[in-house]
Amino acid sequence: MRAFTRAAAAAATVLTLLLAGCSGGGSDGTDADGTVHLRFQSLAWQTESVKANRELVAEWNAAHPGIQVDYVQGSWDSVHDQLLTSFEGGEAPDIIHDASDDLADFAYGGYLADLSALLPGRLTQDIPAASWSTTTFDGGVYGVPFLQEPKVLIANTKILKASGVRIPTAGHPWSWEEFRQVTKELTGKGRYGVAWPLKEPVSVTLNLGLSTGGQLFHRGEDGKVDLRFGEGDSVVPRTIHDQVTVDHSAARTALGMGGSDTLPGFFGGKYAMVPLGFAYRQQVVEQAPEGFEWSVLPAPAGSDGTAQGVSPQTLSVAEDSPHKKEAVEFIDFLLDPPNMVRLAKGDWMLPTGTEALADPALHTEDLGWATGTAIAQGLRPAPAQSVRGYPEWKDKVATPALQEYYSGTIGLDELTDRLVDDGNRVLARYQR
Amino acid sequence: MSMRTGRTTRAGQYLALTGYLVFLAFPFVWLISTAFKPARELGSLHPTWIPEHPTLDNFRQAFDEQPLLQAAGNSLLAAVSAGVICVLIATPMAYVMARHRGRLSAAATGWVVISQAFPFVLLIIPLFLILKNLHLINSLAGLIMVYVVWSLPFALWMLVGYVRAVPAELEEAASVDGAGRLRTLVSVTAPLLAPGIVATALFAFITAWNEFFFALVLLKTPEKQTLPVVLTHFIGAEGAADLGPLAAAAFLATLPSLLLFAFIQRRITGGMLAGAVKS
Repeated sequence: MRAFTRAAAAAATVLTLLLAGCSGGGSDGTDADGTVHLRFQSLAWQTESVKANRELVAEWNAAHPGIQVDYVQGSWDSVHDQLLTSFEGGEAPDIIHDASDDLADFAYGGYLADLSALLPGRLTQDIPAASWSTTTFDGGVYGVPFLQEPKVLIANTKILKASGVRIPTAGHPWSWEEFRQVTKELTGKGRYGVAWPLKEPVSVTLNLGLSTGGQLFHRGEDGKVDLRFGEGDSVVPRTIHDQVTVDHSAARTALGMGGSDTLPGFFGGKYAMVPLGFAYRQQVVEQAPEGFEWSVLPAPAGSDGTAQGVSPQTLSVAEDSPHKKEAVEFIDFLLDPPNMVRLAKGDWMLPTGTEALADPALHTEDLGWATGTAIAQGLRPAPAQSVRGYPEWKDKVATPALQEYYSGTIGLDELTDRLVDDGNRVLARYQR
Repeated sequence: MSMRTGRTTRAGQYLALTGYLVFLAFPFVWLISTAFKPARELGSLHPTWIPEHPTLDNFRQAFDEQPLLQAAGNSLLAAVSAGVICVLIATPMAYVMARHRGRLSAAATGWVVISQAFPFVLLIIPLFLILKNLHLINSLAGLIMVYVVWSLPFALWMLVGYVRAVPAELEEAASVDGAGRLRTLVSVTAPLLAPGIVATALFAFITAWNEFFFALVLLKTPEKQTLPVVLTHFIGAEGAADLGPLAAAAFLATLPSLLLFAFIQRRITGGMLAGAVKS
């Protein structure tokens, strides 16, 4: 009996100590000596990218003893839910790394600080207006766009050269019709001309659709948005549909794949080309077999040239942060042109800043950097990223409709009806 | 049933069991295989079960890039604490619910069932605010409390079943022999209940060890983060992943659970047999 009581008391003591010992303390971010502490939540995940971010934080901390930045690792997979909870609880990081298409709800919700009065002129002028428009909501600037990733065609050089087709350049890309013809010529002997990884078909379709004048989302003078599917909107989806179901020059099995899933087939010669994000070059470099020759080609062009939509990566400041000025100073340091180049190289992406984009290190032919920087001028804000109701339209209407269309289950007329009619009903609920 | 039919049935059962085991083992075997493959083999069109050029580079990279040991320590602390506390709370409650059936017991059982129906996304923001007021955000203590609360209903449910399986007549016999209430519980009931307590603790441990979302939301600084949160750092935008290091880290993350199961499974079996002999 005594032993039992002693054991229970000991267990209770241990638990109390444990709970007390691992309890964290709250802080307003300022030490007694006046040192300001900022939390920077980064979504960098690739080895070089994490290294570049950590190095820059260390450099800042060494140079600014009065403003210390704590690096916090976040993850793309769960950033939205994690931020939403942190905002609601008033515990968000001071400096937030995210993507512009995730910002609208946070900006309208009052969770992010309007940076327009805090940003230095150097940074404002260095980043083009098109990029700023991706983070501008209701007249306020809620993030600094700093990295962007266009879609490119990653091609098997040997197959391409052996076929005798014209090799496109950034100055003279394939038209969509020419692209369709080329994929037909590259198809044969167990090989497809192209594999479209369309597990998430909406952003690819909309972003590439800008090259053919596609717009789909039209904002009226009253600020309300409605959906219209014109000739320009149909070129990209029709091309993909016809490649899959008419020409059989695009692999049907790839329609359900993510970008990484297509790489083994690409390396194995099953696909001559794969449309992928610019950053996928890193995986190609790491995973391609010895001696595999590959090149980066611009995406096909249409009536609007090589225009395509992107959702840049962004740096924002939490509205609740007590040190917004210091946070913006850190962002300014992080996006200083040489530092922006380091971040871009680490993430295998393109910087938004014009000075960084002009850096010779990003214009080398090696690994397709030159092709990427050459098409940077055609990058535009992804359509609809500031349209409220877009996420619901994307998930409930556009994704299944496009998947059915690309696999040949429905025709263009039904696709149009569903995207537009069902879509407008969704948007109407958000625009009452 | 003829002998021949019996053999056929047994062969079919073994075949089904083998198929099921293969099905269960496939992801884990594939995980191990991936963890030891160099990057170029990961991109092969013809993947192999056994890596052609096995390497430890993925493990090296995983440890270089992320604080895996620290995260494993945090996970271990949270999971062990959650398991122990959960059992300490659930055992007496389960005993009362099993032995004293009445309206309160029925209501408690009903609440246990209902509480399982709440998706945690509904709970996370109120929970976050409560823990914030208690200064338990970014604290393993706060996380452990959440894990205990989260595991408690099911743990209770499990233990009630185990308590009911212990014949009340044994306790009555001990009482007749002169043992007091506490002595009966400690000397008679507790040993028979041990396998159930261990199984329940294991359940709470595994739940906490694998849990991701609460840890993601409640822990702010890298020093406090648990293993499932750190594993997501190998995943990029739009599903891109650093597959080799991710597999290596995930393989290491599964080891403690496997070892614990392997160790405790024998104890549970032993405990059950011991209980059977006594009754």
